[in-house]
Formats: sequence, structure tokens, C-alpha cells
Amino acid sequence: MYKLISPLMQLVDWPMRAFQSRFGQRRLAWVFLAPNLALFGLFVFLPVILNFAYAMTGSEHILLRDRPFVGAQNFAQLTNCKDYLNPNSCQLDVFWRAVHNTVWFIVLQIGFMVGFSLLTALILNRKIRARGFFRAVFFFPVLLSPVVVALVWKWILQDQGALNGVLSSLGYQPYNWLLDPSWAFGFSVFLTVWFHMGFYTLILLAGLQAIPRDVYEAAAMDAASPWRVFRKITLPLLMPTMIVVLVLALIKGVQTFDELYAFTGGGPGSATTLMIQYIYETGFAGAPRLFGLAAAASILLALVLVALTAVQLWVTRRNANG
Amino acid sequence: MANFLTRTRGKERLHWTDWLSYAYLLFGVVVMFGPVLWLALSSFKTEAELQHYPPRLLPYIQKTEKIPGYDSALPIFKVTKGALAGQEVAQVRRIGLVAQVVRPDEPGKLVKLPIADRKPVEHVALATSNYVKLFKRFDFLRFLWNSTFITVVATAITLVINSMAAFALSKYAFRGRGTVMALVIGTLMIPQTVVLVPLFLVVRDLGMINSLWGVIIPGAATPTGVFLLRQYMLTIPDEILDAARMDNASEWKIYWRIILPLSAPAIAVLAILSIMWRWNDFLWPLIALTQSKFFTLQLALNSFRGEFNTDWASLLAMTVLTLLPIVAVFAFLQKYIATGIATTGGK
Repeated sequence: MYKLISPLMQLVDWPMRAFQSRFGQRRLAWVFLAPNLALFGLFVFLPVILNFAYAMTGSEHILLRDRPFVGAQNFAQLTNCKDYLNPNSCQLDVFWRAVHNTVWFIVLQIGFMVGFSLLTALILNRKIRARGFFRAVFFFPVLLSPVVVALVWKWILQDQGALNGVLSSLGYQPYNWLLDPSWAFGFSVFLTVWFHMGFYTLILLAGLQAIPRDVYEAAAMDAASPWRVFRKITLPLLMPTMIVVLVLALIKGVQTFDELYAFTGGGPGSATTLMIQYIYETGFAGAPRLFGLAAAASILLALVLVALTAVQLWVTRRNANG
Repeated sequence: MANFLTRTRGKERLHWTDWLSYAYLLFGVVVMFGPVLWLALSSFKTEAELQHYPPRLLPYIQKTEKIPGYDSALPIFKVTKGALAGQEVAQVRRIGLVAQVVRPDEPGKLVKLPIADRKPVEHVALATSNYVKLFKRFDFLRFLWNSTFITVVATAITLVINSMAAFALSKYAFRGRGTVMALVIGTLMIPQTVVLVPLFLVVRDLGMINSLWGVIIPGAATPTGVFLLRQYMLTIPDEILDAARMDNASEWKIYWRIILPLSAPAIAVLAILSIMWRWNDFLWPLIALTQSKFFTLQLALNSFRGEFNTDWASLLAMTVLTLLPIVAVFAFLQKYIATGIATTGGK
């Protein structure tokens, strides 16, 4: 492989050498940075600016020069609600339902995810056999694709699936789980916990293993009860890692789309439609393609994400220094 | 015996909390592995077996036999009632509730039999018909090619440009380095999900909608990759570079011949991450690739999922083939993947 590309790299060497002798070694840094920065500029920073331009213009045209300026109208539509706790009272009820769903989804998902990840990490941190194997078992779903995960569980939950098979052999009635709004939502939370839990377990396990042994030895000298050791030593010392896990789970939770879209398609109705899916459906899924509304919604989402990421960076930096 | 089973390495008896721990872990094995294993087993079932309700754990195939006088092999049943009870018969055709059957040793003589009085003769076997159908009826190879092309090319581009940027940021002191680092951190705050609309416009203006390049290029520069490689390159001593410069090596050669080989472990981690991101990528390809001939495996899987009737037979086989490469990579590189994901925070 290396040998294969070598002649190609030789070819690049010549213009690079010319640049170096002309502009000096230090300016060469910009040449090395150029491709990466160009892509960042074109596909990250330019879109961020354009996003505002779209959010403040209307109509279904994609080209900016065809779009009439509407000011804050898109934002006004999105936030036009009599009662924010009741999506039906909003002008764009689907958007607010998506917001509500996202909030509920995150609260439930993070609760279960952090709970199970912590439990699993604590158990994996004990003196157990085949730890590597068990760690891998909990971790491997992280590598699967969202669509595959969705299909795996859809296959189990479909009306003639394994779950109904087991239930009916126990004498219960089979049930169409994914056509019931509450069950579909519940299973959506379950599926994402199943999918991502291993990732957080791994981080928490690393945090647990970083706690110095001698603290525990001192506690053993004092004959502290296991529960007391957990509450007074493990939990406080694990707190920085826990906060990282919480913030990361929040950032990812807000952006959940792939697995739920392939799992329930956001339905039944809009029971499992989250923020990103609202943006996708408003802007891309079909006519009318309301780019302005989608852009405005994604700016609202971006505000939340920037705040969360700022917290994350602050926490990691504080952990690294402390 | 019980003593032997409960003995641990430390020669202590297992505490009850140990039992609980192992119980939890075994439960975990069932919940985490079970569903995927169930899907894999199901993909080897015949269409008839997939219709079987309640579903059975193992894939069964009905026995068939070639009977003289009939073109295709006939399904074999066991008769449960009547004059032929206990014998195996081959079914020629079925009309309503009545089956016309023949005895294999008497192929000329048709017998009528109520269908309730017969039971299929089955044995456990893996049916490959779903996989065969996938290759025959669907453009599976095209989807596979699209996915592979995107994954390989995008990963190669990411590795080259990210390592170049990381080299500049770790080994050069130049004006504006702090600003560039801040920009990279900035891009970390802007995931693709919040700029979908304008990104679509940019990619469209570049003529890359419905082109594999429209998926490859926008995500090729990753802030995670730049960070990961820069942190690693900072640990490479500058003396090596100075020595090379003494020998009149060009900067490009230093990057290519010294820095890259020395950062191999970090590059391997980034390569694995990138392969995973690209192979599993969904939302952006869903927007950028709307014609089915450009579909990746993930998009094809999603498009099979009908609103009401889903072609599960093909879907199951395709799902297994889609997760196979990732499972293979995982089996060989488990350790690297775990450390890589833990150090970078996933993405």
C-alpha cells in the first residue's frame, strides 16, 4: 500500500519544494492546512451563514435569489403557540410535538442509559472472569448501523414476530406493538438505550479504573460497608466522568434520527417524530419543501447544541486540569 | 462438585454478589446478542418458514423428493389419520382443503387426503434461497459497490487531509495557529444535522447531488480526526524533524516519510472510526442520493421497509450481509476500536 502511493507522493514533493524555497518553511503550514480548511469553509462555515439566509426567506425555491425576504416570519411561525405545553394549540403542531417528544425521549433515554451503563460498568469493574468477553458483548451494538439495529428490533416486534410468538405461547394475545403510540415510543427509548449503552459503559469503566486503589484499601481498613464505599468514594470520584457521559448523551440524544426513522418512520402519527426528523420532513422528504422553516428549526436546534457542546468542552477541560 | 464450581482464582468462595453479577452479565449476553443472532438465524429460513406462526427458533426445511412422472421435487408429508396413517406421502397438488398425494413407491396412484390429516416432514437446515434471491432479483452488488466505494475513498481522503492539517498544527509555529485551532473546535460544535438545508444547496451547486462524491467530500474533513492526530503528533520529538532538515529533506518528505509512519497507531484508530462512520452513515446519503442506483446498503435497507408489507425474506438476508463487514472488523480490531471510541467521544 505504502509503496503503491509512494510515486504519487514523490509527484507532490516537487511543487511543495518549489513553494518552500519561494515562501519559506513556515508558510508551508498553510499548504498543509489548505485542503482541510477549504472543506471546513465550504461545507461547514458557509452553510452556517447560508442557514440564516434561508431562515429569513420564504417560498419553495432552493436558489437564494429567487427567495423573498420574510424577516423573522419563519421563527414567528415556529414559536406561535398559545400554550407551549400543549402542541395542539400551536400553529405548527407537528414541530411542537417533535419538541415535546424530543424532551421526553431525552429524559427517559438518559435516565435508563446512565443507570444501566453505570450498573454494567460497576459489575465489569469487579473481579470477574472473561471480563474482555463481557465488555465486548455490551459494546458491540455500538458498531452496528442504525438501520440494522432498527430492523433487528422491528423483526422481533412485528405482529408475527418473536415477542408475539413467545407471548401467545404463554397464553397472551399477540399485539401490534409499533402501531400503538405509547408502546412505539417506549420501544424507541429501549432501542436507543440498547444501541448506545455500550459506549457509555466503556467511558464509565475507564473512569472507574482511574480511581486509585489505595482509597479503597483505606476504606477497607476502616471496615466501611460496600454501600458506604460506593456513596462516599466511588460516586464522588466518578462524578467528572458521569458529567461527561451526561453531556455527551444529551448532545447525541437531541440529534437522534437514523435509528428511529428506520424503526417507526416517526409514527404512528407523529408519536416518535423527533426534531431532526421534523427538519428532514419539512425540507426534504416531499412537497412542499419548506427550506426556510427547516432552516429556522435547525437554527433553534443549533442554539441548544452549541450550549451543550460549550458545557462539554468546559467540563472536559476542567477534568483535564483538575 | 459445588465446591469446585464456586471456587475462584483467589481460592475464596463466590460471594452472593458475585452470583448476582454473573446472572446480570449472562442476562446481558442474551439481550445484546440474542436479537442479532435471531435475525441471522431467521435469514436462513425459507419464505414458508418465515410465515410460520408462532416462529420457531431454528430454521426448518420441508423434505422434498423426486418422484418419477413429476417434473419438480414434491414436498413430503406424514399422514396422521386414515388408511395411510404413519406413512410418508408426496403431495402432488392441493385443492382447497383436499390434498392429492402419491406414495413414493406407487407414483401412479393418486390418493385424496384432507389437509388436516397430514403433517410436513421437516428437518433443520439453512436455506440460502433468500441470499440467492438477493443477488438475482435486486441490485445488491451495486449497493454493495456504492457503500464500499464511499467508505474506502472517503476514508483515504480523510486520512490524508486530516494528517496534513494535524502535522501543520503540531509541528509548525506560525501566525494564526491559535485561530485555526479555534476554527477546528468550532466545527466540532456544528454537526451536519443543523446545516442540512444550506449544505444541500452547496452540494447541489457543485453538481454533486445524486453522485457518490456528494456523500464523500462534505464529510471528508473531520475535526475529530485533526484533534486525534494532532494530539498524537505532539508526542513525536522535534529533534527527529530537525535531523531530517539537516539532511536537506523537504517538508513534504518529512510529513510523508517520518511523521506519517510514526503516527501509525493514531492513524489506524482514525481509519477504523472513519470506516465505521461511512459504512453506517444514513441521514446525509438519504438527502444527497435520491435515485436508487446510487443507494448505499443502508439506504437500500431502509427503502425495503415498506409501510405495510415488508419483504422480510430479502430484508433479513441483506441486513446480515450489511452487518457482516463490521462484525469482521470488530472481531479482529476490538481493542483498537474500544480505545479509539473512548478517547474521541465517538464523533
